[in-house]
Amino acid sequence: MSDDKPLSLHVPEPEFRPGDKADFSDVPIPQAGSVPRPEIDVSAEDIHDLAYSIIRVMNRDSEAVSPWADMLDDDAVKIGLEDMLRVRAFDARMLMAQRQGKTSFYMQALGEEAIACAFRKALRPGDMNFPTYRQQGLLLSTDYPMVDMMNQIYSNAADPLMGRQLPIMYSSKEHGFFTVSGNLATQFIQGVGWAMASAIKGDTKIAASWIGDGSTAESDFHSALVFASTYRAPVVLNVVNNQWAISTFQGIARGRAATFAARGLGFGIPALRVDGNDYLAVYAVSKWAVDRARAGFGPTLIEHVTYRVGGHSTSDDPAAYRPKEESDAWPLGDPIERLKNYLIARGAWSEAQHVQAREMIEAQVAEAQKLAEKNGTLHDGPHSTPASMFEDVYEETPLHLIRQRQEAGV
Amino acid sequence: MARMTMIQAIRSAMDNAMNKDDNVVVFGEDVGFFGGVFRCTEGLQKKYGNQRCFDSPINESGIIGAAIGMAAYGLRPCVEIQFADYMYPGYDQITQEASRIRYRSNNDFTAPMVVRMPTGGGIFGGQTHSQSPEALFAHVSGIKTVIPSSPYDAKGLLIASIEDNDPVMFLEPKRLYNGPFDGHHDRPVTPWSKHEFGEVPEDYYSLPIGKAAIRREGADVTVLVYGTMVYVAEAAVKETGIDAEIIDLRTILPLDLETIEASVRKTGRCVIVHEATKTCGFGAELMAVVTEGCFYHLEAPIMRVTGYDTPYPHAHEWDYFPGPARVGAALKKVMEAA
Repeated sequence: MSDDKPLSLHVPEPEFRPGDKADFSDVPIPQAGSVPRPEIDVSAEDIHDLAYSIIRVMNRDSEAVSPWADMLDDDAVKIGLEDMLRVRAFDARMLMAQRQGKTSFYMQALGEEAIACAFRKALRPGDMNFPTYRQQGLLLSTDYPMVDMMNQIYSNAADPLMGRQLPIMYSSKEHGFFTVSGNLATQFIQGVGWAMASAIKGDTKIAASWIGDGSTAESDFHSALVFASTYRAPVVLNVVNNQWAISTFQGIARGRAATFAARGLGFGIPALRVDGNDYLAVYAVSKWAVDRARAGFGPTLIEHVTYRVGGHSTSDDPAAYRPKEESDAWPLGDPIERLKNYLIARGAWSEAQHVQAREMIEAQVAEAQKLAEKNGTLHDGPHSTPASMFEDVYEETPLHLIRQRQEAGV
Repeated sequence: MARMTMIQAIRSAMDNAMNKDDNVVVFGEDVGFFGGVFRCTEGLQKKYGNQRCFDSPINESGIIGAAIGMAAYGLRPCVEIQFADYMYPGYDQITQEASRIRYRSNNDFTAPMVVRMPTGGGIFGGQTHSQSPEALFAHVSGIKTVIPSSPYDAKGLLIASIEDNDPVMFLEPKRLYNGPFDGHHDRPVTPWSKHEFGEVPEDYYSLPIGKAAIRREGADVTVLVYGTMVYVAEAAVKETGIDAEIIDLRTILPLDLETIEASVRKTGRCVIVHEATKTCGFGAELMAVVTEGCFYHLEAPIMRVTGYDTPYPHAHEWDYFPGPARVGAALKKVMEAA
């Protein structure tokens, strides 16, 4: 007879489920300013600790107190604040439009606005993002027209993508925004390939790949890290850790690793964790990584620590799998409130100016929505022609598709 | 004119393409310094440098995913998957990414890229070095699938594939790399140096994708075939003396519907031959195409000769592999039908 005890499977569970009181007081949140700012040519080994800490710039008194501070002047910060307000207003409008039956699907970035908005400002024209579906801030912080984004969401007659893609899967080469797939992790390695191409051609452009905490478990995440590491590709590898993959908490993808950032260290890729709700910190860390890539020092992995305040999409109710108040308990606060308070503390902004800016942006979003709806909505049309369904499968339409179009009578 | 094996012809195609267009890059497992396990990329790194021809990690999803990103940037990557059997980890990148980028972005981005892979059996490769996965590509809209059967076609079609602005799966029948193979495994192989299709121009040329070649004109029965099976069909026709029209499809998607339909309408009979497994193999599509397009011209049921629906058996390779005897029997059977 064996003395061995029967084995049992370890299945991680989140700390809190509906009905529990969420309490994150034991989550270590390093003080703003406590993490040093290394030179960009540093090796992964030398900044090992940065994969386990959190880089923060704004302290509780809304002051910027960090070696990562002082990278943006007040005017640039105001633009950042307005960008985030625009994302929030846009999301609110489009979420409502989906609830009203004007489109099939929507995904908000509620609570995560700082990440895409601040990252975008670290890039140059010509650089390319390979985004997931929650980086609308990459477009909304450029001059890409909101009305075109809405036309895409409505799959209407003016949809730049001809009604072929699920809402929010935008594409704009001109604005450095690669066509969003909707599959998870596949684009993480594609961004590395784009960056390799830039290096092969002796160009100076860099790429940025994006992935969520849950999809870091996909093989393509590891494909991207090994290719980026091997070829020292000029790419920034962004992991947006918003704690939840639909209903699955981040511990299922992370396993026993302390952080997602730590995954980079095994590949020799410098890895930094940043407070994703701190616009100034996200910008500073992004700029560091972008500069590093452009200078030829290779890839950086950034884990943006944040919290997905809304549902995954319009198709799930988070109250079914986590406490309703959990987002309030989340210790990193709201990115818009924090940046607003920073500007006010500097005397560069006021509550009145904030209200005025928000109302102006909300009016702009409402105006764009009006214009977009003139081009139609998903259920009421008009749409692109049915014949266009058969176009652009290939550069030239082959005979079998021509015959199918004829059979369809369009 | 030069004589080349299919390996040399494929190498010559990449050499010509890299020479003509700086945006053509070649990478994959063992393709750099060593020149590939089948030697198809030998010398390319030396000639064009390691920025344009290099080894990759053993990661097919990574190879194809990176190629998509490169193609989106503006390069024309021509990557090698060491065996078609190793393609599956990259299948998601092929079927849901490369194939759809043009469509989903409304031409904002495209993926002009070639995925080369040795395909098929006949080399005692066992079940992980012998598969013929072409039907898995033909089922996917947005990609093209090319399968040449000779050095001349391989070079012209590979150059056309590299020039193509859409993703192309380029399947190289590895049993044909060094010489045509008529299915008689116990007889010596004719080297390409002694075969008319081994004559290959050194210079740049291309052949149209989507065009079949009539390898033998005939009046009595149409044989639809591609890759290694072209030579098996030729042997079967010779041995049976049946006046068959042998059509080498060369591209299975887009398919040369007009050539197929014209031939079957003329002969009224059709035999389809491929190495791949039978159920949902590309032959099923060919039967459907012929039935839809030529039903009232048919004088006999269409027959398929294919690999069996088993994993590829190592020791029983020559029982599995469709040989001239099986193809000949099918030809006789369709000729006997009233």
